[in-house]
Amino acid sequence: MIIQSLDPRVTRARIDQEKEFQPLDQLDQFETYEVFHQKKRGQQHSHVGIVHAPNAELAMVFAKEQYSRRGQCVNLWVVRTRDVFITEYEDADIFETTPAKLHREAESYKVMDRIQAYKERQEA
Amino acid sequence: MYGNAYIDPNQQHSILEGEDMEKLAAFEARIAQGDKIEPHDWMPKEYRKQLIRMIEQHAHSEIIGSLPEGTWITRAPGFRRKLALMAKVQDEVGHAQLLYAAAETLGKRRESMINDLISGKSKYSNVFNYPAPTWADSAVIAWLIDAGAIINQVTNSKGSYGPYCRALDRICAEESFHLKYGHDNVVFLATGTKVQRQMVQEALTRWWPPIMHFFGPPDKSSVHGEILMRWKVKMASNDDMRQQFMNMYVPKIWDLGLQIPDPNLRKNEQTGKWEYTEPDWNEFKRVINGDGPCNAERLAVRRTAEERHRWVRRAILGQGVEYVTPLA
Repeated sequence: MIIQSLDPRVTRARIDQEKEFQPLDQLDQFETYEVFHQKKRGQQHSHVGIVHAPNAELAMVFAKEQYSRRGQCVNLWVVRTRDVFITEYEDADIFETTPAKLHREAESYKVMDRIQAYKERQEA
Repeated sequence: MYGNAYIDPNQQHSILEGEDMEKLAAFEARIAQGDKIEPHDWMPKEYRKQLIRMIEQHAHSEIIGSLPEGTWITRAPGFRRKLALMAKVQDEVGHAQLLYAAAETLGKRRESMINDLISGKSKYSNVFNYPAPTWADSAVIAWLIDAGAIINQVTNSKGSYGPYCRALDRICAEESFHLKYGHDNVVFLATGTKVQRQMVQEALTRWWPPIMHFFGPPDKSSVHGEILMRWKVKMASNDDMRQQFMNMYVPKIWDLGLQIPDPNLRKNEQTGKWEYTEPDWNEFKRVINGDGPCNAERLAVRRTAEERHRWVRRAILGQGVEYVTPLA
């Protein structure tokens, strides 16, 4: 039965309602690209999501359509998901700054006490 | 239902069967302190399963939802409304893409989700199985269905799964134009000629029952429901979201002098809650299981779109393509 729809576009497409569907194959939707955008010049690029695409050029077309529809974008990067190396969250302890590394922290340098003591000695 | 978490109360075994209790405790502690869960984190099987189902249904709802509205693209009154409607429909399809991506991070391939939609295995929001016979129907959908969707999405965006929350934040930002556009169209008709007023009143009368169905049947309290709340998969009860919707929109509808087809609808000033006639939940079940006015057409249109363009996708699929799960 050909569908007669309220939507003239659907009626024109002459769609057979009963037709069997052959399920999509594994790579029908390609692989994914990670998308990074820059909101305005001077800002960092940041990750916004993914697109499915057969190559980088089309990934760029889809990324532009998907992630810059409302403006707020001056530059886009796409990179194949499988080319990104990542750390695992369960290894997050590698980022912990240990107490022994206080020499990296600005507040561990307390010169005012020493200056004060020096001045007191001079006056004495 | 836009894709709410739900566990069958008749399920025999415990949903926590076979879980590592130490890891589970750490997982729950993380959620309790407001941290987000990310794709590579350890998570209970049921958490993954519920999220996949919920996010996938939400994605299907966006893509199927663009069909009743798309009905009026070719006949939208005036160039500006035509442009706006095309932009809105494009947004909805874009939202589907974002949501499919979020579901994919949990390990279900996009091909499988599309296959499950077309075969009828996966569901989508029931409201989109109803037709939009007039322009005023498209206006009521854009205003009130999108209003319901925003309440659902803002609520869910406070949930625990990072990729879903991020997708919802982006979606909510775009939806604000939809709501304004829908409201503008309804107000134009409601403040217009007698014929225009009648048209929008009839559309509201048609859409009120599906709108009442939108947030799903009242939740029965259950142990499973509590677990989903604790995991921040389910963020509010269906009735709470329905009350919030009525609080925000019933006064706005009455303000336009439109009649809501429920003689029992009123706000109880003592309890602060809305009282209303329960919509027909048997019809809801019947339609969600396939027997609605537009179910067959919606799926046939979706199937045809996949089928007729499949040769293009095959032609551009390069060599050496290898799928890995998206990162975030």
